[in-house]
Amino acid sequence: MAIIEVKDLEKTYYNDGVDTPVLHGVSFSVKPGEFVAIMGPSGSGKSTLLHLLGFLDEHTGGEYRFDGKTADEYSKEEISKVRNKKFGFVFQAFNLLARTTVLENVKLPLLYSDTPEEKWDDLARQAIESVGLSHRLDHESSQLSGGEKQRVAIARALVNDPLVVFADEPTGNLDSKSGKVVMDIIQQLSEKHGKTVILITHETYTAEHAERIITMRDGNIESDKRVEHRHIARDHFKK
Amino acid sequence: MTIRHSLKTALNGLQAHRSRSLLTILGIVIGITAIILVMSVGRGAEDLILNQVRGLGSRTIIIAPGREPTGPSSFAEISTDSLKLKDVEALKNKANVQGLKELTPAVMQVSTVAFENESVRKNVLGASELIAKILDIYPREGSFFTDEDIRQKASVAIIGSEVKEKLFGASDALGEKIKIKGRSFRVVGVLPPKGQVALFNVDDIVVVPYSTAQQYLMGINYFNMILAQSESEDAVPRVVRDIELTLRETHNIDDPEKDDFHVTTQADAAERVSAITSILTILLVSVAAISLVVGGIGIMNIMLVSVTERTREIGLRKALGATEKDVLTQFLMEAVILTALGGIVGILLGVGFSFIASLVLSKIFLLQWVFTVPLSAVLLGLGVSTAIGLTFGLYPARQASLKSPMEALRYE
Repeated sequence: MAIIEVKDLEKTYYNDGVDTPVLHGVSFSVKPGEFVAIMGPSGSGKSTLLHLLGFLDEHTGGEYRFDGKTADEYSKEEISKVRNKKFGFVFQAFNLLARTTVLENVKLPLLYSDTPEEKWDDLARQAIESVGLSHRLDHESSQLSGGEKQRVAIARALVNDPLVVFADEPTGNLDSKSGKVVMDIIQQLSEKHGKTVILITHETYTAEHAERIITMRDGNIESDKRVEHRHIARDHFKK
Repeated sequence: MTIRHSLKTALNGLQAHRSRSLLTILGIVIGITAIILVMSVGRGAEDLILNQVRGLGSRTIIIAPGREPTGPSSFAEISTDSLKLKDVEALKNKANVQGLKELTPAVMQVSTVAFENESVRKNVLGASELIAKILDIYPREGSFFTDEDIRQKASVAIIGSEVKEKLFGASDALGEKIKIKGRSFRVVGVLPPKGQVALFNVDDIVVVPYSTAQQYLMGINYFNMILAQSESEDAVPRVVRDIELTLRETHNIDDPEKDDFHVTTQADAAERVSAITSILTILLVSVAAISLVVGGIGIMNIMLVSVTERTREIGLRKALGATEKDVLTQFLMEAVILTALGGIVGILLGVGFSFIASLVLSKIFLLQWVFTVPLSAVLLGLGVSTAIGLTFGLYPARQASLKSPMEALRYE
């Protein structure tokens, strides 16, 4: 059964009496553990789609079914809970808390969970270890490089052991080397940890790290294909 | 999210903007400081005046001319010349008033008192020799004037220690001639320093026979008041009643509503003082409260700026699972911590300033001032500042909690 199921999904922004349609009815579904890239130029609606899928915004038409339930069936509190427990977000701009240590940043989602506090430290440390930043535990986020910041953000996304990781242009602000490290970690999420990964990018090369690419144009799906020659980020480190 | 973590999160948020947080609470600090200061000084003043009133002695009864003032319009009806010598004679009659120990008529006027080239303006009290017993003031040098002096309208005077100091310095005053309103008086006694006794600062007073004062200094045939002392405290109500009945008879008054005199005891006076100081304190506290409202608006303003500035943080927290309630609690908590902190600082400053004020009043103005901070003031300060945080923090916190996570994350 699909974990994410989208049918004729529409989104129109209403602003000062002007309607701006962004999504014109898109349909697709994602199976658990699948690694899907949503690709398209800016303005194609890919970010809007990610916001709808991540329960960060509400659609205006069609249907979105997550984990068997339609979006409308979730109450406000349940939506917060889903974002907290089942989703992990990685943003282009990292969005770490300033003047806060790596450990505290990673703990942030635990603050809003029902996980007992004595487990927080261990969970956060494990997540930080999985992105290879154990030596940076007590550094403040401002002392980190861009690549390290994004790895902290990934650790934060993983700390509650989510079902789905949404990554919005995760390499957009990084140099190519850091980008590859980040892409490797994201690939591992899907390969090793069995997470469902939704990756938003405008770069074909980055998208080709996924198993499947949905290409968007002008609020519609232009194509939805499996990737034949996948890039494996790890290969670069072996050379 | 637990309260402990909301608290920690809020504290971190405030710490990130330390100087702004401090400036924000300044209004609250000043308001609470003012309230504590006003309440402490108000209570001190009340205690001071009450002590003076108690200094009247619980057995002392004051009879003053005119009806007891009940409102602004009744002041016009106050007659000042209703107490005459025949009233004093009637009151002295045991058949009229039982249980009365001492009684003296009194007149008072501020007059120029001069010796050689020195001249001062002092309270001149005209009374009978019995004032010494009623106020418990006996000359440390010389002696009090006598009954005979009163009959003769003798020009003799008893002077307070400060008056003596001013006019004579270290030299002897006894037997010297001083001039009161240009008339010569022989100094027959000097009072010991005793400070405030009942209505009078004994150190700063000149006492002369009332008959002399009436005829030669003031040119009147009535008294400003009659001071009486009952034999015991228990007898006071009965004595007061007898005095009223006697005076009504001598003044031909049937209706107590038309009394042209009023009788005051320590208990009455204390009650009135408390009423007046409470009203004054309430008035001043209300003024201070205005600064708290202004401070509260300042808090609201800064919190709104803070919410806007931290839009991305709010979006992030919501994306990570914070509910509207979590965000609301966080920002409300920040506001309440700010104002409660302002309240605590204000209370400390208020207590400090009150203490300084008490030092100044007791050491420089030589008042019998006791430093007190009413517990009610402290609780009010804490309560009000917290309430301000809740009230003025609610709107910004609500704005924060309602932000859509997507729009908040996109905010530049």
